[in-house]
Amino acid sequence: MPHTHPETELHNPQSAKPPLDPHLKALENEAIHIFREVAAEFERPVMLYSIGKDSSVLLHLARKAFYPGRVPFPLLHVDTGWKFREMIAFRDEMVEKYDLDLVVHTNPRGAAENVTPFTHGSALYTDIMKTEALRQALDAGQYDAAFGGARRDEEASRAKERIYSFRTPDHRWDPRNQRPELWNIYNGMVRKGESVRAFPLSNWTEVDIWRYIQAEEIPIVPLYFAKKRPIVERDGMMILAEDPRLEMLPGEAKREEVIRFRTLGCFPLTGAIRSNANTLDDIISELETATVSERQGRAIDRDQAGSMEKKKREGYF
Amino acid sequence: MTAPAIATAALDETAVALPVQEPARVARDSRPLRLITCGSVDDGKSTLIGRLLWDTKAVKEDQAASLERDSNGKQNDLGLPDFALLLDGLQAEREQGITIDVAYRYFSTDKRSFIVADTPGHEQYTRNMATGASTADLAVLLVDARVGLLEQTRRHATIATLMGIRQFVLAVNKIDLTNYDRSRFEQISHEFKELALSLGVRQVTAIPVSALKGENVVYDGRASMPWYEGPTLIEVLELATTRSAQTVGFRLPVQRVSRPGESFRGYQGTVAGGSVKPGDSVVILPSGMVANVTKIVTFDLVRNAAVAGDAITLVLDRQVDVSRGDTIAAIDSQPMTGLAFDAQLVALQPEGIQPGKRYWLKSGSRRQRVQVQPISQLDLNSGKWNHADELPMNAIGKVHLTFDEQAIFDAYEQNRTTGALILIDPDTNNTVAGGMITAKRAALSGIHTEDSRVILSLPADLADQLMATEIFANRREDAEVRRVTAARAIEIVDAIDE
Repeated sequence: MPHTHPETELHNPQSAKPPLDPHLKALENEAIHIFREVAAEFERPVMLYSIGKDSSVLLHLARKAFYPGRVPFPLLHVDTGWKFREMIAFRDEMVEKYDLDLVVHTNPRGAAENVTPFTHGSALYTDIMKTEALRQALDAGQYDAAFGGARRDEEASRAKERIYSFRTPDHRWDPRNQRPELWNIYNGMVRKGESVRAFPLSNWTEVDIWRYIQAEEIPIVPLYFAKKRPIVERDGMMILAEDPRLEMLPGEAKREEVIRFRTLGCFPLTGAIRSNANTLDDIISELETATVSERQGRAIDRDQAGSMEKKKREGYF
Repeated sequence: MTAPAIATAALDETAVALPVQEPARVARDSRPLRLITCGSVDDGKSTLIGRLLWDTKAVKEDQAASLERDSNGKQNDLGLPDFALLLDGLQAEREQGITIDVAYRYFSTDKRSFIVADTPGHEQYTRNMATGASTADLAVLLVDARVGLLEQTRRHATIATLMGIRQFVLAVNKIDLTNYDRSRFEQISHEFKELALSLGVRQVTAIPVSALKGENVVYDGRASMPWYEGPTLIEVLELATTRSAQTVGFRLPVQRVSRPGESFRGYQGTVAGGSVKPGDSVVILPSGMVANVTKIVTFDLVRNAAVAGDAITLVLDRQVDVSRGDTIAAIDSQPMTGLAFDAQLVALQPEGIQPGKRYWLKSGSRRQRVQVQPISQLDLNSGKWNHADELPMNAIGKVHLTFDEQAIFDAYEQNRTTGALILIDPDTNNTVAGGMITAKRAALSGIHTEDSRVILSLPADLADQLMATEIFANRREDAEVRRVTAARAIEIVDAIDE
């Protein structure tokens, strides 16, 4: 029987955009190729969804890769309980809008032992609420592949990460013994319990991410755009002061400033920047003249030299 | 749902504020150039890459600050941080003071963006160089101007050529330490051009460079070297071509079949060669069934055509059996199918490649069992192929591949995607070799026997043209082509005539 159906079924209504420039197109093609390859080769893939700008791009690419089908794997959000309020609202809106399957996991130990970034320090808090929580969630779902939005340009230890990054059953990464990765041929063979982290955005830079968000009109959390917001200054960082759980320490005072965020994580550990950039054009031109990297606002990177590599060996994303 | 307006609102405002006018930023119309850098620590490779990142402003202040913190204030003569620290990302490497693996760096200019595969130069790490070179469009070979070409330079150039790179840049570094000696530079670049030519590479640019001082890297070094009128390194990289055109017809290795509902069936994959448009007749391999293309579907729109590199979903006009691992190809320009092929391998793991062992082979989206028989191994110093029964780690060898089921390939020289493969050890699941298909082997041997074949000594350009033809690709077992200079060819003929 011939398969006939109206053209309109296939035509995406939001397609009146100019074509992507060849640079972004090449990055997009590569990412779609990786998404399809992982979805085809693994039994239980999952996409780690952090709600940030890179995750937004990742989600958009996943939708493109499987169109006209729906995204064939769930999104996993490791919720520390200390994310920005606007991130959670945005997450739920995306899930509804794009008909996604969402799994949210919070480490039960966090609630039981009342682990907070204030009481336990950023290193221990991150270890329990992010690294340990991620392992719990991956084990519970028996996922054999997890997509992540990491980029090689983010941090020195990531420059050598493969696109398929092999993990042992206890989620460890061995940087000295990675599988060679030639051409675009990916080795997806794993034993039971082993897994890979797959990074479709490996070759993207921060500017690429923003230019792609602009070109493709991808929705992102409004915290990336400058606005007058309540803040408090602590340890040299400007922290958003809207959550009632944030207690003022002696000598601290809330004030309002026009700020925005370059990266989003847990609000007590994420520093804002002073900026008036409230459009994508502004953000991109700010970035092109920026003299500091995006991870500068991340408290967890500064704990010790090689801290990101250590976290990654232990299973942090 | 009552969630606040999301950030698209900001986008819409932008659109209103700037109705037609494009922002001043010009969209770059080039694809990113992938390059590999070859050379040793002594040649100043880390300094060269660090200089590229620094002068294109790819290094940010906080990264530089953490560099200075980590190097305990150790700086080079010019007050710049120790670039090697910036590049050697892993703690283990810092402790040993060498890079041990492939790292990828990103930088860009107004004209183009670049992805650098940074690999170590020590001999035992052939595997890393092969990995980095597999995706590279161009190789930057680095030599110390005081030392000149080394055996290592020949090895690097040979590996780069085998992996399909046809554009070389020779960076003659530390030229400042020779007092900007022009004749020294010219002598080295002449020697290198001879070397490149003997490998069949004609696109060669030699540049006198001081990576430390930043001369002829991003900024020109005219003040010190008025005699040099050629381009800077970055200028060469900006003008280089990305992957040479794949010379074969349309290829789509099928990654997955999309069946979101009863009414739609599409074949998803990345075009690996040629182009396709609705109405084209295609063949599905290995089954050999024929169909016509009705639609090329992407998220954005139903397209009129797709070209190599595009990730697409193809819809055919009839119900045919197509599954992951199959190749959809142009009906009038099909790849080779068969049970026996010849390939060149780079052995990547300590176990090497064992004769007769059955491995998994993956090429495109197709994975199948293969038996591997090593034939010969390349001596990287002499360029000769010596008989070999097995291949140790880091060896480059010629092998016979024998399959249980039909395999589908193009020759690597004709298509760097459909001619490439990896071998996976079924015992460890590790990737143990990268390979390039040279030819299909006839089920019954041709006119040659194992060690007797016609040797053709030809000028490099003729050799290239001959080897690029399909007829030669299919008779690769019968003849071996050696690239020589015209002068050497005359000598050989003279010797025969005597």
